[in-house]
Amino acid sequence: MITPTRPALIEPVVDRAGREALWTGSVIDVDVHAQVPSAETLFPYLAQQWVDWCTERNWKQPQGPLSHYPPNSPRTCRPQWRPADGRTPASDVDLLRRHVLDPWDVDRAILNCYYGIDSIRQPDWHNAMAGAVNDWLIEEWLNKDSRLRASMVLPARDPASMIREIERVGSHPGIVQVLLPVRTDALWGRRMFFPVFEAMAEHGLVAGLHYGGTADGVPSTTGYPSYFIEEYAAEWQAFGSQITSMVAEGLFRVAPDLRVSVLEGGFLWLPAWGWRMNKDWKGLRREVPWLTEPPFDLVRRHFRFSTAPTEAGPTPLLEKAIGWLRSEDLLMFATDYPHAHDDDLAQLLSAMPESMRAKTMAENARSWYRL
Amino acid sequence: MSTRRYVVGKAADLADGEKMAVEVGGRSIAIFNVEGRYYGLLNRCPHRGADLCAGRFLPRVTAAVPGEYHYDTEHTFLVCPWHGWEFDVTTGQSYFDPVGMRGRPYKVDVESGATIAGMQPGPLRAETVSVQVEDDYLVVDLRPQRPQRAQSARTEKQETV
Ligand code: FES
Repeated sequence: MITPTRPALIEPVVDRAGREALWTGSVIDVDVHAQVPSAETLFPYLAQQWVDWCTERNWKQPQGPLSHYPPNSPRTCRPQWRPADGRTPASDVDLLRRHVLDPWDVDRAILNCYYGIDSIRQPDWHNAMAGAVNDWLIEEWLNKDSRLRASMVLPARDPASMIREIERVGSHPGIVQVLLPVRTDALWGRRMFFPVFEAMAEHGLVAGLHYGGTADGVPSTTGYPSYFIEEYAAEWQAFGSQITSMVAEGLFRVAPDLRVSVLEGGFLWLPAWGWRMNKDWKGLRREVPWLTEPPFDLVRRHFRFSTAPTEAGPTPLLEKAIGWLRSEDLLMFATDYPHAHDDDLAQLLSAMPESMRAKTMAENARSWYRL
Repeated sequence: MSTRRYVVGKAADLADGEKMAVEVGGRSIAIFNVEGRYYGLLNRCPHRGADLCAGRFLPRVTAAVPGEYHYDTEHTFLVCPWHGWEFDVTTGQSYFDPVGMRGRPYKVDVESGATIAGMQPGPLRAETVSVQVEDDYLVVDLRPQRPQRAQSARTEKQETV
């Protein structure tokens, strides 16, 4: 194991030598993406009725990803990872192998497909599309590389349908997580979702709170921003609201074994959130009496955070912020392939105590996802 | 009888559910009558120093799961007027950290005028007129009490973030 040095790495690691210069221990990548290249890709996994439904309407794709991640934004894909032949980035397992699994020499990578089907309003079509995405992930990805595990997607508007889909594919050995878009019509801590989380916990699935959400949902807490930079830089607020909701509404009383991963939500806002929640809980806990311990303690037990994106700042400040997490178990490494957050992993590792590095790069994820 | 014990008022003047603050031995002590039992607390919230005597007594509310409240009007917390921290007035313990964060309790005794007449300094002196010596008086004991054990199940030290 080497002490990460600064100069190596503002450039993303894209080859084995770069990876080894940075880190020689094992690696688990908790957030790599699979992107559905076209509606037609899913047709083999849809009943004829829904294939016809798509073609009759000339439906090409959900609105979400298009508006959330403008195709030409430099954040959407690292140049090295954009296929030269014009194919959709991250759209097949060979690309993923070549770009991440092999050069990074990962033990395991967790595949997340945020396709934006939650923007589909017709409930039966919505259910069918969720099922198709899940079957496609299993067939075209999980079955083709044993290093992969995946998050299943859900028809996120209807708790009963969500539970049915969890029961349909949630026991597949390659499915370790349920992908929950962070923007929703109703906060995930609301009681109507309790049975959904209970079903996840029963199936041993992690709830993966991830970037995304309905195209018609407002991407800020107060209406529409004007620019992508507003959405991108302020996205953590949606994560903060969801975590606050899950904690305050007592979800972990109902599902005491539930694990939640916060993916692509950042983590350095967490200590300030935790301080505020703990402080106010001391005087406001009467209204949420099921919350019987300091909220940040609950977060340390029930939540983990992916390292991408990292709001790094200068190293001495980053060290302090990491210390303020008061836990070495909270962070899990992620490339967020194919997106380009330009996180400086060498800097992040060097700001951590030595004992925290191996945990962050692999061990926290290994025990969290029981890999 | 120790000189750390002070006569502060007539028991009859502090009815059930009432509270008062008295200056004694250089500090302000809040005295509460909770169902005929008298309790004293340093009248200074351990958080930021609010007058605890200005706090309200509210029923203890707990819930094992969301929505299933146990609203216990038999047991009340003294709720600090500034930031709402809840204290058990019988022990001084706070709800959220019974071990590490507590108000300072003082013993309040009721003694007959005959016992104390003419003996105690303090805001009140037992009347020497015979009929009033028969009354009961509240006596605050400023001597440190033996530390009480946390009564709540939540005894582990809470981390202060
Ligand atoms: S001063 Fe009493 S709770 Fe803050």
